[in-house]
Amino acid sequence: MMDTLLTALATLFTFQHMAYMLLGVSVGLVIGVIPGLGGIAGLSLLVPFLYGMDPVSALGMLIGLVAVIPTSDTFSSVLMGIPGSSASQATVLDGFPMAKQGQAARALSVAFISSLFGGVVGAIILTGFVLIARPLILLFGSAELFMLALFGLSMVAVLAGRSLPKGLAACAVGLLIGSIGAAPATGEFRMIFGSEYLYDGIPLVIIGLGLFAIPEISDLLRKNSSIAQGAPLGTGWAAGFIDWWKNIFLSIRCAGLGCMIGAIPGLGGSVVDWIAYGHAVQTSKDTSKFGKGDPRGVVAPESANNAMQGGALLPTMLFGIPGSGSMAVFLGGMVLIGIEPGPSMVGPDLNITYSIIWSLALANIFGAGICLALAQPISRLTAIPFQLLAPFMIALICFAAFQATRDLSDLVALLAIGFVGILMKRFGWPRPALLIGYVLAPQAETFFYQALQFNGWGFLARPGVLIIAAMTIASIYLGLRNRVDDTGPTGDAVVTSHTSRNIQIAFALAMMAFFGMALWDAMGHSFLGGIFPIGVGVVGVVFGLTLLIHLWRGHENHPAFFDYEIVGDHVGNEGNGWFWTGPAWIALLVVTTALVGFYIAMIVFFVAFLRLRAKASWIKTIIMTASAAAFILGLAYMLSLNFPSGWLQSTYDLPWPIR
Amino acid sequence: MTNSIKTTRRGAIGMAFGALAAFGLAGPAAAEVSFEGKTIEWIIPFSAGGGSDTWARFNAPLLGKYLPGNPTVVVVNEPGGGSTKGTNLFAARAKPDGLTILGTSGSTQFPYLLGDPRVRYEYADWEIAMASPTGGVVYTSPSTGVTSTDEIAKLVGQDLVYASQGATSLDLVPLLGFKMMGLNVQHVFGFKGRGDGRLAFERGETNIDYQTSSAYIKNVQPLVDSGAAVPLFSWGVLDENGNIMRDPTFPDLPHFAEAYETMTGKAPEGPEYDAYFAFFTAGFPAQKMVFLPKDTPQEIVDTYQAAFEAMKADPEYQANKESVLGTYEQVTGRQADALFERGTKISAELRTQVVDMLAADYGVKLGE
Repeated sequence: MMDTLLTALATLFTFQHMAYMLLGVSVGLVIGVIPGLGGIAGLSLLVPFLYGMDPVSALGMLIGLVAVIPTSDTFSSVLMGIPGSSASQATVLDGFPMAKQGQAARALSVAFISSLFGGVVGAIILTGFVLIARPLILLFGSAELFMLALFGLSMVAVLAGRSLPKGLAACAVGLLIGSIGAAPATGEFRMIFGSEYLYDGIPLVIIGLGLFAIPEISDLLRKNSSIAQGAPLGTGWAAGFIDWWKNIFLSIRCAGLGCMIGAIPGLGGSVVDWIAYGHAVQTSKDTSKFGKGDPRGVVAPESANNAMQGGALLPTMLFGIPGSGSMAVFLGGMVLIGIEPGPSMVGPDLNITYSIIWSLALANIFGAGICLALAQPISRLTAIPFQLLAPFMIALICFAAFQATRDLSDLVALLAIGFVGILMKRFGWPRPALLIGYVLAPQAETFFYQALQFNGWGFLARPGVLIIAAMTIASIYLGLRNRVDDTGPTGDAVVTSHTSRNIQIAFALAMMAFFGMALWDAMGHSFLGGIFPIGVGVVGVVFGLTLLIHLWRGHENHPAFFDYEIVGDHVGNEGNGWFWTGPAWIALLVVTTALVGFYIAMIVFFVAFLRLRAKASWIKTIIMTASAAAFILGLAYMLSLNFPSGWLQSTYDLPWPIR
Repeated sequence: MTNSIKTTRRGAIGMAFGALAAFGLAGPAAAEVSFEGKTIEWIIPFSAGGGSDTWARFNAPLLGKYLPGNPTVVVVNEPGGGSTKGTNLFAARAKPDGLTILGTSGSTQFPYLLGDPRVRYEYADWEIAMASPTGGVVYTSPSTGVTSTDEIAKLVGQDLVYASQGATSLDLVPLLGFKMMGLNVQHVFGFKGRGDGRLAFERGETNIDYQTSSAYIKNVQPLVDSGAAVPLFSWGVLDENGNIMRDPTFPDLPHFAEAYETMTGKAPEGPEYDAYFAFFTAGFPAQKMVFLPKDTPQEIVDTYQAAFEAMKADPEYQANKESVLGTYEQVTGRQADALFERGTKISAELRTQVVDMLAADYGVKLGE
């Protein structure tokens, strides 16, 4: 045993291994900074180089990359409110408000220190856990996995916002969106309405960007200020370190949580950050600052998501079951260098396993160190006038969105979800609740069906199920007590929201129409294919009706009322543009893409935006457009991808990149 | 390392070492066709990671090395619609110049054979460059009372549970096979992959399962050794005439037809077997294939076949083929033609028979 540990350690510290790991770390940092590009893109980039490398160096390179993605994706989450990847969605909730208050450097520092710490704690846990993991992982059958999905859903209680029916209705909408596409039990296609795009469901990246990034951009586009809104840029490191130090136990707990959830195959890493965030709120005494720039809201998800990557390695290495998209590519890479996952990874190949786990820890240290060094300079981005930053952000978001299926439909879906996101933000519908529902819908449905098939209703009496059920109930109780309101300013604001009651009712009715549509579609399916959407639809209708009653009859102070256009902190300030400015510009880009393909459309969009909206000079316009065009082109070239094509491309045969 | 570091998209610099080797090995066909300075796009209708992507990324640099002129071969992932989207795209757009090739898998063949409305491609249009067979082993839990392959008949009448990826996925082959054997199997759908299914077997949730050969050797053999699993039969492989044979990786295990005979006393035949056989061929012996578009000139097809043959001697190929391909050789020429023929054709009656059975027994509606 000691021998194995030492052999693993010795290979780890050879020059060659370190050099390749640093290469992986650098690629991971660059890829992670670009929103929407995560482990999958980065690993695909490295895989061609794997040929002829010795396995340990190759693994070091791959691990280096995987480890730092959840670190560097924090940049866009904090600085721009764009979730860098699914692992950093919860970071947006408090990280971005901190940036808006001019504390970007502090938020980034606390995030990176937490990431570093989480990654290292994760590796320490894994060192011991890997030996006993196989039997433990096998304890989680379909029944337990279903209960874990419910546990994840219990976080909605924390994130439901100030009106519980609104939060639960939002979660039901998410569950229904998540059930679009093939039913797990029968393969029937639900709610596709004849569109081939919807056969596979709406991709997670589209939901994340549409719900969080588009509303923020659209908000910022109405004002002529920078993200930091004129607030002085605070210094970072020391403040960030103190924030983290004060919450070190939270950080440890979240790292453990992330590591465990990552290790359980089937649940997927996309909810880890929300569970950690929910946990932070549930265990805090004063929750009034959550959603408005509380450092604890950054510590928790960032500690968890790096540890999660380590945990996710376990099912990949021990069983050959990739827990996420990037783990699938990692697995492919392992196979290409001749390492096959299986029980031998804790037997004869244990030294490889240990070198992987510790590479992970080392890579986390390097990655977070580099990011920390960059935090201060990069946070200056938030001081740049937003109208100059906006076209880059919009182009980046669209670029990220069409990574999903590389189709124009991705952009259309982004616009549609973005539209919903903008209205949800305006009327105080909690977007995290929708997202959690969306992410957990397939798990909840699949595992419930499988548990019933395997165990019948007797699955409810399994000890594991009972334990997780108790945890879920505790989580709901704590969640309801410590509910977070991320919808905006506090105080007596609700009073005035009453005045726009009618459009709030209209939006709630639109959501009811969506429930109706889902129910109508579900009626047309077989029992097994339709029962889940029917169940969720009915729940949605019940809470939707409750909300409508609140909105219809509630007194002026009722928490159901909310309109950001009346109570937002921008109200009363000078120079608020048209509410639909943001979506209109994005729609312009999408429509132009449909005509001439994405690459030409992006160039046209840049010129139009910079000249008309930002009123930039021609020279500035040309320089900025050219650099953006070159950047996107370089990315596409390296990732060997074709841009979404439009009418022009279907009519004429054009060369890459405009084909 | 030196010659692999440049295999990025349109990395115009050819591979110096590969060039030397290719002129020596690629043979006479290379004289007419040259891809010098070109980039070849290998469309994989699946996302990055996973079997087909790994398979293509293993072959791509070698293909570039042995094609005349040493083009850069890049893998382009076009996922969606259970692989129908990328394949439709290839069918609609690829030009017959040898610069775009397609890698398909059983998941591309099955919707085509079943008549999925999303399919807008026609296999018969294309030219096959190479076929890459695979195989697998069916095993059961000792809790069924079966202790060796000979006792397979004991399974009849027992309640068996199988973790399936879906009735129209590759798991259609075991579904049809078990049904023919008269086994009473409850198919539980919604599993993400065979690895996921194996986990359910290890947890004791299912009691019959299959794994592809390399996964079987790595993950199930230890279970067999410890007495937690009993192998039943292999799916078998096809010879050049399309006859089913024992899988050379598992010479001691009977193939499906032999196991069927052990159970029923007679060799399998009839329309049910024909339907099984079509999907079996598409799913295993002809699982992965490389195609050139419609109307591709014969010399380009020959050039590709020669390159796929030549790469087999490459030390890189030899070193890694086992972990990627399992124990099966990639084939070209007559052998590939035979697999192509058998793995992509099904009579209208057989199709209707399978589709009707899926609808009646499993509520499967194709693409509705």
